[in-house]
Amino acid sequence: MGASPTAEAVVDVNDLHYAIGGRSIFDGLNLTARRGQITAVMGPSGTGKTTLLRLLMGAIRADSGSVKVFGEDVARLARGPLYALRRRVGMLFQNGALMSDLSVFENVAFPLRAHTRLPEPLLRRLVLMKLQAVGLRGAADMAPAELSGGMARRVALARAIVMDPELLIYDEPFVGLDPISLGVILRLIQTLNTTLGITSIVVTHDVEEISRIAHQSYLLAGGRAAAAGSPAELLSAATPAVNQFMRGLPDGPVPFHVPAPDYRAQLLEQEA
Amino acid sequence: MMRLLGNAIVRMGSVALFFVRVLGQCLPSLRYPRLLLAQIYNAGARSLIIVMLCGLFVGMVLGLQGYDLLQRFGSESALGVAAALGLVRELGPVITALLFAGRAGTSLTSEIGLMRATDQLTAMEMMAVDPVRRVVAPRFLGGIIAMPLLTAIFNIIGIYGAQLIGVGLVGVESGSFWSQMQSQVEHRDINEGLIKSLCFGVACSLMAVYEGFHAEPTAEGVGLATTRTVVSSAVLTLLLDYMLTAAFLNS
Repeated sequence: MGASPTAEAVVDVNDLHYAIGGRSIFDGLNLTARRGQITAVMGPSGTGKTTLLRLLMGAIRADSGSVKVFGEDVARLARGPLYALRRRVGMLFQNGALMSDLSVFENVAFPLRAHTRLPEPLLRRLVLMKLQAVGLRGAADMAPAELSGGMARRVALARAIVMDPELLIYDEPFVGLDPISLGVILRLIQTLNTTLGITSIVVTHDVEEISRIAHQSYLLAGGRAAAAGSPAELLSAATPAVNQFMRGLPDGPVPFHVPAPDYRAQLLEQEA
Repeated sequence: MMRLLGNAIVRMGSVALFFVRVLGQCLPSLRYPRLLLAQIYNAGARSLIIVMLCGLFVGMVLGLQGYDLLQRFGSESALGVAAALGLVRELGPVITALLFAGRAGTSLTSEIGLMRATDQLTAMEMMAVDPVRRVVAPRFLGGIIAMPLLTAIFNIIGIYGAQLIGVGLVGVESGSFWSQMQSQVEHRDINEGLIKSLCFGVACSLMAVYEGFHAEPTAEGVGLATTRTVVSSAVLTLLLDYMLTAAFLNS
């Protein structure tokens, strides 16, 4: 795929440490997302993928290390500049997070109304164009409650791109979708990336789907990037942790059993 | 015990900080007058039926009890004043606030709590829109504006309820019921009721939006937050009522 491996870094995470309630989530994470590329961030549940997104958006602060987006350290930004930076970023939430009291059209128009003073006819055209891009122009007047999960996510995608962001962040975009919706979302992510040149970060644990479109993949384990490279490189990696995740093996470095007292002793302790 | 006290202090501080944050966003939120209107409608018009119904019953009870008490002193002609003063200064603001907490406050809390649970508030923040300005402030202001209006309606219906029983049923003379009320109820009394209902409006709306905004983002958490809204609104209303009454009687 076209993007060069040395393109400028849009997101640069450097030696990130973050702990919550004494439990370490990140322990020296390094991660780079380059302009125009699709970067996949994969990992088993509980490895802090969503926490990483919150750190990227400046919602929480790292204990040490730096998180740079567009070259700016998000932890050091005051509210004003942080909000200015967020306008250049689109984010797709797992459940869509559409405003339940607004129609599909108004949901997509929401960022435009909040940040611009566009005349109504122009705004209308912009919104319809974005809805057309996700194939839901016909659903403009529907309420979010009337949409299926896949449709809601497409509306949320239209909303995420309505401000023409330079960076798009997807949080688990494939979870809970039927194969058709999944294919639609997958193609949309790729189309947006190639036609608009949007840098994309996809947080997911659906290895197979994302491997088809990602330029660069990171596998999180133990608070750091256990492996990084193109999807093909990760698939052929020899380390047990990477192998277990990429091939979906039930037992391995990530154990099947949660730590517990001795099985036999626990079963027999009632009788004692 | 110490931990309970500590928690209470932390909570009060957190409410106070949130109060300041909401106040700061009230003026900017007026940029969207349509949102504010919708919230006045939500908090006000939708509580109308229950407020009117309860106003009628409270007024009727006042008519009965007031008559029973006053006739022992042979002054049943003062029923109109007694009912009007009781409603305007005390019962109107307090009962309306309690009803408001149960009807409008709970729906505010669960609405905001559900927005939190479905990531809508986070999504707004990610779109560089302050949810306190866009969601919380209009609801807070709407509640404050709705409360005195609801209280006024409660009072009017209540007075007619007292008249219905006092004049219609137990036979107080209509002329003395109204004329004594007109001559005895002063501006000062009306102001007391108005100021009380404004304070209760601030307290109840603040608790409702605070609990919703800080609700645990789960179905259970939203339910708990709704309960806390009713409890803390009621306690706060009665506490404020005592303090305000004492202040007014002193002045």
